[in-house]
Amino acid sequence: MLTLLLILIPVLSALAVLITKNNSAKQVAMVGTLFELGLAVAVFISFEPNATQQFGFSYPWIASAGIMFAGGIDGISLLLVMLTAFLTPLIVLSTFRQPYKNASTFYALILFMQAALMGVFTAADAFLFYLFFEAALIPIYFLAAVWGGENRIKVTFKFFVYTIFGSLFMLVALVYLYFQTAGLSATVPHSSAITALYKVGLDAQKQGWIFWAFFVAFAIKMPIFPFHTWQPDTYTESPTPATMLLAGIMLKMGVYGVLRFLLPIAPLGMEAWSTTAIVLSVVGIVYGSIIAIQQRDIKRLVAYSSFAHVGLMAAGVFSQTLNGVQGALIQMIAHGINVVGLFFVIEIIFSRTKSRNIEQLGGITQRTPQLTVYFMILLLGSVALPLTNGFVGEFLLLSGVYEFNKWLGTVAGLTIILGAVYMLRLFQKAMFGGKSSLTEHFADLSLSERAVLLPLAIMVFWIGLYPNSFLKLTEPAVNNLLQMVHY
Amino acid sequence: MNLLLLIPLLPLVGFLINGIGFKHIPKSLVGVIGSVGPVVAFILSIYAFGAFRAGNNAPVIIQLFDWITVGTLNISFSFQIDQLSLLMLLVVTGVGSLIHIYSIGYMSHDAGFGKFFAFLNLFLFFMLLLVMGSNYVIMFIGWEGVGLCSYLLIGFWNKVTNYNNAARKAFIMNRIGDLGFLLGIFLIIQTFGTVEYLPVFEKAVGMSVGDSAIAAITLLLFVGAMGKSAQIPLYTWLPDAMAGPTPVSALIHAATMVTAGIYMVVRSNVLYALAPDTLEIVAIIGLATALMAASIGLFQNDIKKVLAYSTVSQLGYMFMALGVAAYSSAMFHVITHAFFKALLFLGAGSVIHAMSDEQDIRNMGGLRKKLPITFLTFLIATIAISGIPPFAGFFSKDEILAHVYEHNKLMWALGVLGSIMTSFYMFRLLFLTFFGDFRGTHEQAHHLHESPISMTLPLMVLAVLSVVGGFMNVPHVLGGHSALATFMDPLFANAQRANPALFEHGHLDHSTEYLLMGVSVGAALLAMGAAYVLFISKKNVPAADGQESGLQKVIYNKYYVDEFYEAIFVNPMRKLSDALYSFGEFIVDGLVKGAGGLVKLSSGQLRQLQTGETGFYVFAMVVGITALLLWNFGAIIFK
Repeated sequence: MLTLLLILIPVLSALAVLITKNNSAKQVAMVGTLFELGLAVAVFISFEPNATQQFGFSYPWIASAGIMFAGGIDGISLLLVMLTAFLTPLIVLSTFRQPYKNASTFYALILFMQAALMGVFTAADAFLFYLFFEAALIPIYFLAAVWGGENRIKVTFKFFVYTIFGSLFMLVALVYLYFQTAGLSATVPHSSAITALYKVGLDAQKQGWIFWAFFVAFAIKMPIFPFHTWQPDTYTESPTPATMLLAGIMLKMGVYGVLRFLLPIAPLGMEAWSTTAIVLSVVGIVYGSIIAIQQRDIKRLVAYSSFAHVGLMAAGVFSQTLNGVQGALIQMIAHGINVVGLFFVIEIIFSRTKSRNIEQLGGITQRTPQLTVYFMILLLGSVALPLTNGFVGEFLLLSGVYEFNKWLGTVAGLTIILGAVYMLRLFQKAMFGGKSSLTEHFADLSLSERAVLLPLAIMVFWIGLYPNSFLKLTEPAVNNLLQMVHY
Repeated sequence: MNLLLLIPLLPLVGFLINGIGFKHIPKSLVGVIGSVGPVVAFILSIYAFGAFRAGNNAPVIIQLFDWITVGTLNISFSFQIDQLSLLMLLVVTGVGSLIHIYSIGYMSHDAGFGKFFAFLNLFLFFMLLLVMGSNYVIMFIGWEGVGLCSYLLIGFWNKVTNYNNAARKAFIMNRIGDLGFLLGIFLIIQTFGTVEYLPVFEKAVGMSVGDSAIAAITLLLFVGAMGKSAQIPLYTWLPDAMAGPTPVSALIHAATMVTAGIYMVVRSNVLYALAPDTLEIVAIIGLATALMAASIGLFQNDIKKVLAYSTVSQLGYMFMALGVAAYSSAMFHVITHAFFKALLFLGAGSVIHAMSDEQDIRNMGGLRKKLPITFLTFLIATIAISGIPPFAGFFSKDEILAHVYEHNKLMWALGVLGSIMTSFYMFRLLFLTFFGDFRGTHEQAHHLHESPISMTLPLMVLAVLSVVGGFMNVPHVLGGHSALATFMDPLFANAQRANPALFEHGHLDHSTEYLLMGVSVGAALLAMGAAYVLFISKKNVPAADGQESGLQKVIYNKYYVDEFYEAIFVNPMRKLSDALYSFGEFIVDGLVKGAGGLVKLSSGQLRQLQTGETGFYVFAMVVGITALLLWNFGAIIFK
């Protein structure tokens, strides 16, 4: 029941925001997301660390076809639910100094987005998952297309078509799998419960096809090389709250999808193709990192770095090792926190200087000790310095990939060098050196800005110092999953 | 609570207080707050040392909590107190305390006084984690943490782009090494199933000499050491790191952080004992680094650059010692080097302070009268590093050379050549700085003054240590008891069990030992004499920049290694980045679109999507999905 509430509360909040006036919309949205966070914390506390799905709900949807409106939370879902519930209020709060026209609609879309994300991460029925997976696209599309930058129409159109195109492959696979399932009873010939899909047991060749259908869908979402070309433009052109949603949470739908569908449903497909998938992921890590090195637009730079980071998460998941999958889960949280923080810092810089060009900035640190410290903390998390969140994730991910294949692990490890190259360049050019005409009167953080960055910084260190509070919750579910893969 | 936990904790608290409150804490308190932590940590270290010696000499493990647990792999946050960590603790907190106190005077005029102490404390915290950790991952925390502090402190004056570049270079080169370290840890996990020192070493004893996994582990770990301890090919960051304030150069880039690589190899001595090929590589790289850096040091004119290359060179000697499995000799040199090199840097700082930030020795000269304490202590350190008895450097360097002689006579000869160069560049530096006539500006001459007591006191303490430090390990041949080596012996018990042959060499007879000592001392004195003739008798002053020629020019320009790296790594990487962004992305996009188009064309169903009007298509899609969504929610909510 709690799970259903997690999906419903954002919807109700969105409706409430829609009927409030524009100038108080953000406060209502804030209350709604905080309420949701409280609920998620309650779920987090009462969650039993075992492999079962908890807080489940199930209602008939198209009962005669065995399609249910059903959901629940296991350890894997829990982390992503927590991530979504934690980041959304901060994303809402991050907009407090920035007036958006048609604010009611703007915040309602963010809340609809949250509902869809919650749905994706908790759905227990394959078609329900698909529904939410696609539904999440709608609010983000409008957020980007209406409130975005100059090239928003062209860019968001590409994004939309690209991801829809990928999802169609998944739909085909789901429908095919659905027709292979055993029914619940004589009158209901099939079932679309995700667990029913797990029992389908196709031969290796068919699993190969299933593998690719899912892979394309999820690879576009994350994105994995070479399906990433929509991403830098979309991240750069979207308004920053939408970029935060995209990079902080939405890309995790892809990783989550691989864990929930690809691994357990097509283990033989994985056996045949996981090396290919990891190679593509690792190419993405290096490719994205190298491009980030010379970027001038700091938002685009972080977009490419996000692309590189997600490559490592994907590689960890495809390695099908405990370290790799656990690392991917921790890194999904860590990356969400760091990337939302970084995009916020970029927004702070942009809102004060009207520039995102690294060459026009500089010397900001001289006037902003607080911003400098928070920026540095997020940077350290992002370059995986030990005792920050990024280290735990990357350490486990790289050790997982290394366990899968030493050479791939070594190449993937270049991320710790290249990441330092582009992030330190960014930091140096923006924060250090002499002041420019744009940064001369740079004001330090306001109260609401600190209120966004402080929780993020706390999480950077919490996960860095005591990751076991999360790893212990997910391990039973991950073990369960890996047993299905290595049966 | 265990008192030992306070040792890393106190500097961390100091960091937090000065770091968070540096706008509000009065300047007079900042230095005290910053220095109390290290001093108390030093006292606690002495206490720990005493308690350990009173005990049964077995390692003490202090378990704090399980940090990262995945499946059977458990990385615990815990400390290990044994001979090695205690020695490092004493050096790090002892020299660290002195340098903190020195900084109160040295940095007093700096606007970032509080920030400086905060960073210095943070460095100490990470350095203490590095040496106290009971497993490789805790060591790695410290390892990367000190790298971060090094970055922050090299770029301390962050308005200056060159300093920032030096800081970034240091961090990135260290990261290259860190990747090696990290991969080494992964291989340790695969081979042993744990990262804790004691079980890893226990299991390693049963493995055969030359085992390929061990060889790979030791090589990968050594890559980490190359970065942190500035060995060929990852040494070029260290001379640039002199951009940081001088106390930083003394503490981080001479006495402590850069010796982390040696600490790591000594810690892993069992593994290295099982990998003779790796040891040979370590010895050769150490020797090559020692010689190359010393030769560059011969021609440098920046007082800190000379000392920086000297540090690189001395680190090379330490690795040479490790390479011939003279582990305790390497540690001995780590300790004595910490004394005299910290002293040299602090002395240089005192000179720079007096000279109004001048660092070029061509503009100095004759300072001994105006800076008597600095001069005297600098002289002691110079004698110590040159290996002239009975000062500290003589004992430790001589011990290394004796072991190298047993291993390979050619290496020994080259090692002696290195110590000739060491003696020469050090006395050149001493003579040019403190003797002859003053060559600076009138302005500088007017301001010349001896430093305040907070700066000279640490100089005097370190000078005493540089004189007597060698006596902690006087060899039997000179009537001593090799006390340090005996103390450290239990550390190498496993290594001796694993590869007894490595440690079985015919002991040198006394006459050979005397002869070796005589040769190296004679060589050092000769080099000193040469420097005396050139720079005092003949009053030579090095040529102005750009007037060098031939080989001298090549060496003065550091063999153009930086330019070489720039040309084959840095620039191509930048070009590749630009190329991938401008062409690569375009091509990838085109290919994927093309492939997508093919799929569309071949699929009748999808072709229809393409022929429709795109704007309408998107609209229909959105409306459809929204309707579906609402319908579903409606069905559930209103049922």
